[in-house]
Parts: sequence; C-alpha cells; structure tokens
Amino acid sequence: MRTWVFFLICVAVGAVVFALARLIQNDYVFYAGYVVLQFIVLATAWNILGGYTGYVNFGSAAFFAAGAYTSVFFHKFYPLPIPVLIVLGAIVSGLIGLGMGYLTLRLRGAFFAIATLALAVVLQTLIVNWNYVGGARGAYVIRPESVPLIGNYINYLFLIMLALAVIAITIARAIERSQLGYGFATIRDDELAAEASGVPTLKLKLVATTLSGALMGMAGAPFPYYIGYLQPASAFALDYAVNSIAMPMIGGTSSWIGPLIGAILVATLQQWATVSISSELSLLIVGLLLVAFVIIAPNGIVGLVQDRLRRGKAK
Amino acid sequence: MIISADLLINALVAGLLLGCFYAAVTVGISISFGILDIVNIAHPAFIILGSYIAYIVNTRLGIDPIVVSIVMLPVFYALGALVYQVYYESFERRGREALSGLAFFFGVLFVTEVVLIIVFGVDYRYVEASYIGPTLRFGFVDLPLRMLVPCVAALILFAALQLFLTRTFMGRAIMAVAQDQLALQLMAASPTRIKRMAFAISIATCSVAGALLIIIQPIEPSVGREYIGRVFAICVLGGLGSLPGTLIAAILLGVMESLTATFSGPSWAPAVSFGFLLLTLAFRPMGLFGR
Repeated sequence: MRTWVFFLICVAVGAVVFALARLIQNDYVFYAGYVVLQFIVLATAWNILGGYTGYVNFGSAAFFAAGAYTSVFFHKFYPLPIPVLIVLGAIVSGLIGLGMGYLTLRLRGAFFAIATLALAVVLQTLIVNWNYVGGARGAYVIRPESVPLIGNYINYLFLIMLALAVIAITIARAIERSQLGYGFATIRDDELAAEASGVPTLKLKLVATTLSGALMGMAGAPFPYYIGYLQPASAFALDYAVNSIAMPMIGGTSSWIGPLIGAILVATLQQWATVSISSELSLLIVGLLLVAFVIIAPNGIVGLVQDRLRRGKAK
Repeated sequence: MIISADLLINALVAGLLLGCFYAAVTVGISISFGILDIVNIAHPAFIILGSYIAYIVNTRLGIDPIVVSIVMLPVFYALGALVYQVYYESFERRGREALSGLAFFFGVLFVTEVVLIIVFGVDYRYVEASYIGPTLRFGFVDLPLRMLVPCVAALILFAALQLFLTRTFMGRAIMAVAQDQLALQLMAASPTRIKRMAFAISIATCSVAGALLIIIQPIEPSVGREYIGRVFAICVLGGLGSLPGTLIAAILLGVMESLTATFSGPSWAPAVSFGFLLLTLAFRPMGLFGR
C-alpha cells in the first residue's frame, strides 16, 4: 500500500472518530480522547527511536515539556495559532533531540538512556529558574471560548491532536517501509555489523532522535491550552516518560501498529482507572503491566497475536 | 566579586561530607553498572526503600537507623539476588538486556515509587537519632553531626567493600567476571552465580545508603529520582567500577553541588550533577580515572 493511500485511510478513520465523538455530545469524551490521542503521538514518536533503532529514551517528558514551554514562551510574546506553535515546538524539541544524539550516540546504548534521564532534570531545573515562562509557580494560558467553524475549543484541540496522531502514524509507517527503516533495523540488530557494511549509523541515529524528539514536541505544544495552567511538575511528570515506554512495549515495538494498540488500550484503561479508582493506582497498573510484558511477552500484544496466527497455520 | 573565606571553607567542608555520603549511595551502582554491566536504573528506588524501612522501625521502636540498616542487610541481599534471577532468566540469557532489560528496571523504579506513594503518601518523613541536631564547631568551621555520622559510616562501608573486592577470593572472582567471563568458566566457576552474588551485594548497600539518606535529609518517594543522575554521573566520572575513582568523583560532585547551592541558590543544585553527567558523557566517557 502506497503511503498516500495509507494516509488517506488514516484521515478517513480520523474523520469517523471525530464525527462519532461529536455525536456523543459530551465534553468529557473530548477531554479524555485528547489524552489518549496525545499518548498515541508520544508512543509512536518513542517507538521511532526505541523500537526501530533500539535506543531507549527515558526523557520523553523533557521533549514533551520543551514543546509545551515553547508554546508558553510564544504565547506570552504574541498569541499565535496552535498549528504554528506546533511547528515551533517541533523545531525546538527536534533540535534538543539532535543535540542529545550528537553528545551521546557515539557511546553504548545504555549511556544514551542515562543521559536522557539527565536531560529531563536539567531542563526542568532551567524552567524552574526561568521566570519569564512562569518559573516554579507555573504559567496561565487563557484559551479562547470557541473557534469559528468547529465550535467549542476542546473540540478544536481534539481535532488538532487527531491530526497529529494521523501524521505521526503515517510517518512511522512510511519509515518502516523505506530505506531509512531498513537502516534503523540494522542498527537495532547489530550496530557493529551495520557500520562495517557501510551503513552511516551515526547519521541515521541522529535522524531518529531528531524526528522522535520533534514529534514529542508537537504532542506537547497544544498542552498548555488543554490544561490552562502549566507548571513544571505537570509538564515534566514521570507519567509521560513511563507511558511512552510502556505503551509501545505493551503493544509491540516492531511496527507502527504496536504503539497504536498499546496507547489506545493503556491510555483508555488509565482514564477509566483515574476516574473510578485513583490516579496513583492507575499509574501503578501501567508500571506493573510494563514489567509483566517485558518479562512474559517481550514482543507485546502484536507479538502474541503473530505467535497465535503462526501456530494456527502450523496445525 | 568578594567571596568571604569562612563561607567558602564551610561550603567546601559541607561538600566533602556530602561527597562521602554520595560515595556510599553510588558504590552499589559502581558494582552493578560499573563491574557487571547491568544498567540498574532502579538502584535509587531501592535506596528509598531502605530509607522507608529505617523510618518505620525508627518511629515504631526507636532503634537507630544505621543499626536497622545493618540488620536489614540480609533482606536486601536476598531481594537483590531475586531481582538478578528475574533479570537473568528474562533478559540476559536471551540477549534482550538492551531494550527490554532497561524497560524492566525503569518499570521496577516506577512501581516501587508509586507503591511507596500509595502506602506513605507524599509527605516528607524523617527519623530521630541523638546525632541529628548537634553541630561540632572548630573555629568558624561547622561540622553538623547529621552529616558527619553518615560520612564516617559511608567511608567504613566503602573501605569494607574495597577490601572485599581486592583481598578475598569471592571479591576477586567478581572482578574477574567483569574482565573475562569465558576464562572464569574455564576455571570451573559459574559466572551467573558470581554475578548474582555481586548484584545482591550492590542492592544490599542500598539498605545502608537509604538509612544514611534519611539521616541527612527528610525524604519522600520521588527523592530517588534526583539520585539517578548523581549516581550515574559519579559512576561514569569515577571510571566505571573503580571504587577509589568512585570516591574521588563523589567528593568532587559533592563539593561542586555544595558550592553551587551556597553561591547560586539551592534550586540550581540538581542541574549540577546532571550537567556534569552530560559533559562527562560527551567529552570523557571513560571517566576521569578510566581503565
């Protein structure tokens, strides 16, 4: 299937989702749906680096927050439309990704993972000490009541996140089937052999960190408008780091559909558990699921289904 | 800029004491990450666990936290052996430690933290002991016992481990595992068994480090996260697995943090260690005293 055909199908699915959400006539659907969609983008972005090249990023929250704070920065300066802010957020987070990759990707994979953890804390300290964007107090972002043509503002945010999810998934799938994707896979499977066969591994890894960071920044850019009041603790929350790892690992890291399944299942479960039990317990469930899946089903739900199918054929 | 001499000297002394404590916190990582090559990012979570155990026993029974931590050593040793067994069976044996293994430890870190939040809440907890409070004074230099006692305990722990690793048979076997597993196997020793023991020791140090931590500062479950950057920064800077290197790097970081906190405000202190780590990784990944 050509990429543009796939893109049109995704757009069609997105349109159906939006129409259904509009039919329900309940704002909560949009608020909860926005979070689920946001995690689809984050999980897909994480998987471009983690799943395709095998480099683990623990600093998703840093990239996400960089996007969110870029929005706050420009909002204070002059209120720009959200799509513009998303592009700016993507640029800032992409550059951070590039810098991170450049500093650490010549080392072993574990160092990159540790450095991403460090990045989150350094960025958070910078933001806490930076008064212009609110410092430790946080910053208010007042959003308009409604948007022409679409109506309620939360509908608009939902639509934007839906578009980002469609874009992220299309990019992920396009990478998988391109030369770039094969290059990534060689890095994941045997970096030394890839390097020896002339694969430009460092360049490819930098492409992956930049792209992955940019997508996370895009997911973060509309966040201040969604939450209305952004403070460092909420933008850098560990939830983002954990979820963006757990969702692809639970869904399956080998293809674009894994993070999608993982994000929909885990984020929906979390939304349900937060409302009906407590938010701590919903996080505990995600943590336990992550540990259980990496031990029992390292290839995630997609892997489980594939095994089942293969066994079915063998009979 | 004029820096008052006694402020500077006090900051240096405080940094020195802090650094020795950091060495105790890092020594476990130096063993697991430095020697065994197991990227145990959940290490600080076990330290916080140690702190909470010291807290419970101290508030219920009034026993000294350091005594509690020594009594708890076997429990942490067993916990470490268990974690290694799961890690070995699920990841190391199947060659999956790069992606799944890291995700596993991250999950363990997260689960431990959330469980502690659910059980204890996010209030700061502290312990009671006779040496928390009084301060020794030499001229204008302050030596708070709250920092001095953990510093001495840390140095004892450190010296004991260094002696164990260099002088005893098992300690040398652990060092050998890091150098050449195959050769060790040819000597009819099981690398897995030795690694399990070494990893268990690394987790056992968390018991003591945790008790020292709660003596130095009140804790809440997410404090551990600040220590992830510190321990890895020290471990890498110290040259991965070299214990004397770890001690020097820890003191260096302690002094830097203390100076930063004194002269630019405590809110910048967390960035020091992480910035240090990023710079080390970028420019000297083999550490200051690399092998």
